[in-house]
Amino acid sequence: MTDVIRVHDVSKQFALRKDKSLKERLVNARRSRENAESFWALRDIDLTFASGSTTGLIGHNGSGKSTLLKIIGGILTPTSGYVERRGRLAALLELGAGFHGDLTGRENVYLNAAILGLTRKQTDGYFDEIVDFSGIETFIDTQVKFYSSGMYVRLAFAVAVHVDPEILLVDEVLSVGDEPFQRKCLDRIRRFQREGRTIVFVSHGLDQVRQLCDRAVLLDHGHQLVDGTPTEAVRAFRDLNQAAEEAEEENVDLAAEGTRRVTISDVSVADLDGRPVRTLPSGAGLQVRFRVDPGSRLDDWIVGVALEDSGGQVVWGANSDMQGYSLPELTGAPEEVTVEFPEVPLSEGVYQVSIAVASTGNTTVYHRVNRLATFRVVTDAYEDGAVHLRPGYRVGDRAVPRGGVPLESAAGER
Amino acid sequence: MERVNQPVSFWRGFWPTVRDIWAYRELLGQLIRKELKVKYKDSVLGFVWSLLRPLLYLLVYAVAIGVFLGSGRVIPGFGIYLFTGLLAWTLFTDIIGGCTGSIVGNAGLVKKVYFPRELFPLSVVGAAMVNVLLQAVILILAYFATWSFPSPGNLPLIPLALVALMLFSVGLGLILAASNVFLRDVTHLVEVGLLLWFWMTPIVYDWTKVRTTLTVDNDLAWLFQVYLANPMANIVLAFQRALWPGGQTEAGAAFYYDGNLYARLGVLIAAGLVFVWVAQRLFARSQGNFAQEL
Repeated sequence: MTDVIRVHDVSKQFALRKDKSLKERLVNARRSRENAESFWALRDIDLTFASGSTTGLIGHNGSGKSTLLKIIGGILTPTSGYVERRGRLAALLELGAGFHGDLTGRENVYLNAAILGLTRKQTDGYFDEIVDFSGIETFIDTQVKFYSSGMYVRLAFAVAVHVDPEILLVDEVLSVGDEPFQRKCLDRIRRFQREGRTIVFVSHGLDQVRQLCDRAVLLDHGHQLVDGTPTEAVRAFRDLNQAAEEAEEENVDLAAEGTRRVTISDVSVADLDGRPVRTLPSGAGLQVRFRVDPGSRLDDWIVGVALEDSGGQVVWGANSDMQGYSLPELTGAPEEVTVEFPEVPLSEGVYQVSIAVASTGNTTVYHRVNRLATFRVVTDAYEDGAVHLRPGYRVGDRAVPRGGVPLESAAGER
Repeated sequence: MERVNQPVSFWRGFWPTVRDIWAYRELLGQLIRKELKVKYKDSVLGFVWSLLRPLLYLLVYAVAIGVFLGSGRVIPGFGIYLFTGLLAWTLFTDIIGGCTGSIVGNAGLVKKVYFPRELFPLSVVGAAMVNVLLQAVILILAYFATWSFPSPGNLPLIPLALVALMLFSVGLGLILAASNVFLRDVTHLVEVGLLLWFWMTPIVYDWTKVRTTLTVDNDLAWLFQVYLANPMANIVLAFQRALWPGGQTEAGAAFYYDGNLYARLGVLIAAGLVFVWVAQRLFARSQGNFAQEL
């Protein structure tokens, strides 16, 4: 396989504050020198992209993904280092790939195609296909400033994939389209992959990266942390998120609600033997432990526990009452409560625990702490979705034994 | 493998850019079309506006200066005299004003796609050329209406003057377009500067008045030479000499510029070529930072 893009030791520095007019510059002259700060959006990025590969760039907002894409696209020049590439390139950066709001969709298609290097005659040939793909026939003669963001992206994507590019840069635009269109785009991207074109893809949809890419690069504050299989990079990214979330946990009161008739403290996650853990294998047991301080005698109380994934989706939640338990009376002294889950069959990811203490029937919430404890589930299984299941396979009446192709290489070839 | 945004030396980068621009000529055509469409988008009169503006100027100056100040009684065919000067001047201001805003106004494109950034100022030049052609139609109609025609002997001045104007305004436009990205005051500076410049150019008055004031009434011949060094003065004088039929009459002959305009325009063109080269190099130096500044 030949390389189509080479990024050589690219660094990019941005100045943080810019005065745009003479007046501002004069007025801020002194401050300007004091705050002449700059930051490095990218530090020593060194990557090569092979022809026919699909690479996902992942990382937090501001980690430098889009900047890297713009440097590859030639829109920004790096502060040091350089980029080499071969072949026609189409870029879908942020919203719209360079449309002019005052022109109609039709005019923009021609303008955009010309920017990407097509002649008018060639564009004539592709035009119907482009409009058909975008699905906005009715609005093609409307100025694009009246388009919804979805329509905008539809048209931009349609142009970009029809101009026959050898390299396609996609920056987090697909999430704007509705689901049928997203599916259409993904199909088109898969076709591009089959045709051996090179795709560089920025996405916050980690599952999408896992499904589409054969390689992923994790950027963090401009540094290249991981360059490997999507699974490796996604795992490293989730580790990073977990670390960030744990750092946030210091701020207890921020996430708390309730009347404080009873207070919750010392929340921890432990394994079934009571040892504090942060990481557990899928299917293992888990204890959520915390202290309640009722202050005075309390006989009417329930405990609710919710587990959320990193996207904020509740994967499980219930209170003791719903589960059919009535809790014993509290004398007024602080008491340790343990909620034990003998088996946690969640898929790989980072999960957070929220706990609440309330009166029966949830009429009064005494104290609620949101996302206070974090734990991580790891599995060696390759699966999508929220839960970890262990299927068996049967063909006819023959049960298929597990094994054969080692898992690691089967995933690498996806 | 081709290097993206290859760093080019200050001295050598001109021709590769010219080749690049040639490769993108199809796009340049599209951008010119875009420029023309966007300018009068959603206006009822559309293109008529590009004719109405100079006509309105013509009316104002003809009344204020021709009638009230009495120039019209001295200069024969004063309306056409004004219009020939305004023709060159409108082309110049269209290019300068348009170029200044061309990068900032196309931020949407600059930030999303790469192609030679020079295409933006050049598309403005193309659009201004189309406008000037339309205005030339008015001039031709005026010839027929007054049944007076310019002598063909001076017509070769027109292509020379146009080339000089193009070189000069493209060079200036490139520099202004780039500097406006970094300092938005440039837009306003240009507005004021153009106004000053207009009155330093013999468009609504005739150049002999300046000569009389500076060389006869005061002993300031050197200042008069400075006045004539203004490229736009030479271009406007060439336009008047070639297109103003009033100068053929005995009364008008005095207002013809009698110096060697061919030589003057030749020098201007030579200087303009160097200027465009310098301007393009300055533009090329700063264009790498356009996307992050916008």
